[in-house]
Amino acid sequence: MKNTKHFCDELERSLLLLDKDASEKVLNEASKQGSAIEIANQIIAPTLKKIGDDWEEGSLALSQVYMSGVICEELIDKILPPNHPVRIHQPKMAIGVFEDFHLLGKRIVFSSLRASGFELTDLGGGLTIDGLVEIIKKEKIEIMLLSVLMLPAALHIKDLKQRLGDTNVKIIVGGAPFRFDEELWKEVGADGFGKDSSEAIQVVTKLVEEML
Amino acid sequence: MERVLTTLSHNEPDRVPQFLLLTMHGAKELGMNIKEYFSKGENVVEGQLRLQKKYRNDCYYPFFYAPLEIEAFGGEVIYREDGPPNTALPVIRNIEKIFELESPKISESKMLHKVLFAIEKLKQTAQSEVPIIGVVMSPFSLPVMQLGFDKYLEIMHYRKDLFDHLMRVNEEFCVEWGNAQLAAGATAICYFDPVSSSTIIPPDLYFKTGFRIAQQTIARIKGATATHFASGNCLPIANLVPGSGTAVVGVSSMENLANLKEAFKNKLTLLGNLNGIEMRRWTTDEATQNVRNAIEIAAPGGGFILSDNHGEIPFQVSDEVLMAISEAVHEYGVYEETVG
Repeated sequence: MKNTKHFCDELERSLLLLDKDASEKVLNEASKQGSAIEIANQIIAPTLKKIGDDWEEGSLALSQVYMSGVICEELIDKILPPNHPVRIHQPKMAIGVFEDFHLLGKRIVFSSLRASGFELTDLGGGLTIDGLVEIIKKEKIEIMLLSVLMLPAALHIKDLKQRLGDTNVKIIVGGAPFRFDEELWKEVGADGFGKDSSEAIQVVTKLVEEML
Repeated sequence: MERVLTTLSHNEPDRVPQFLLLTMHGAKELGMNIKEYFSKGENVVEGQLRLQKKYRNDCYYPFFYAPLEIEAFGGEVIYREDGPPNTALPVIRNIEKIFELESPKISESKMLHKVLFAIEKLKQTAQSEVPIIGVVMSPFSLPVMQLGFDKYLEIMHYRKDLFDHLMRVNEEFCVEWGNAQLAAGATAICYFDPVSSSTIIPPDLYFKTGFRIAQQTIARIKGATATHFASGNCLPIANLVPGSGTAVVGVSSMENLANLKEAFKNKLTLLGNLNGIEMRRWTTDEATQNVRNAIEIAAPGGGFILSDNHGEIPFQVSDEVLMAISEAVHEYGVYEETVG
């Protein structure tokens, strides 16, 4: 695709103004030059990555990251719907909030991944070890993204990993305790850690490439 | 008390005050599980008395847990064995119901009464020797637990009618709850306001929302307040926060302490900023070193209270580490000898 920088800049500007119509106009313009998956990979994903990186650096706030993700998710569904072949030929992936009902972090990562062309099932909040073991095995989930808010939940990931010992599922974690102690994800035996939505996209992209 | 008052006036007291904000550790002291511990105000009184004595703490912190106020609004909390009780599903599931929401009466909440009981009893023991810190959730941050963060952000941006009504209800409750704790004997109120932090919303939105709400609310609370961003950043709004009427700011380990000291110098007392999550795996030597570093940077000139960065130390932090923190404050926090 040509002019991707221009489209990314315009999309970022529109998203930060929470202007859904302007954001849609940018994507409509871009769609004259590229396919849906090219728009997801070359325009939406890098724009959301930049917004996530700017939050990490402290120049943007989480509310802006969240609202940008929600707008992009809605727009991408118009050009890359859930049943699109690109979305279907991926490892089976799910996301949820472990032992908690604070859903914002999960929602941000869910939106960002979907807007970047990935398909994943949202398992919601309040997930327990027993419930997760059952659903991961039953649904044959290959990549499980788990968001936590409280330290005890982060520590319980270790128990979850032990219970999932006979499966090949990859557990990717994120959330406040892992942000405040960047050694913690290794301590609990997670397979990956996304500090923010931008890192989550990177980690998932790499994993999916390895698995396909 | 004098030590704390002196540092709040941006002068150097005899030693850096230490606020170990321990909530669940009282259960450990009493050999109880967390649910049993919080079931009676008497337990929290005894737990706080023991913790204050054990760690020579410069405050009592009869804060039970964050979703306590949600219980007053009719919500449910989930207890766990190894951490603070947490909110169950949001109490407001349909945002249009916000218009029907009313401020709950403190007299009708058993849980709030337990807190008031604990404060009264601690006051009888402490008299005016040790400050008692009460806690409120800010009207602006409570909705995260009332309706969930995602819905809250959406009404904040797109439904001003709902947002304004919710703020009015929450402000009434916050003022009444803060003043009830002060009347029971609390020395000051910690105003938890993580949503206002620059981690969560941009500074211009803070100016239009969280800041103005804090100004209105804090002005109606009849005592000193400390604003705590609960691990969230606040440097980008450092020019605004003092104007909210608060006296203290709880700061994050994610921001540079020297920059925070400079930004709030002679305006607000810093409360912080030990990393509570990492604290769980610190050695006692690391605890000592981290306390020393914080004191060296933030103590000179007063206006500094050593604490954690979140307003609640995790249950998993060992007694040995807490003791090392306390000993380090008592050794390296003495002004004449080591600080400044």
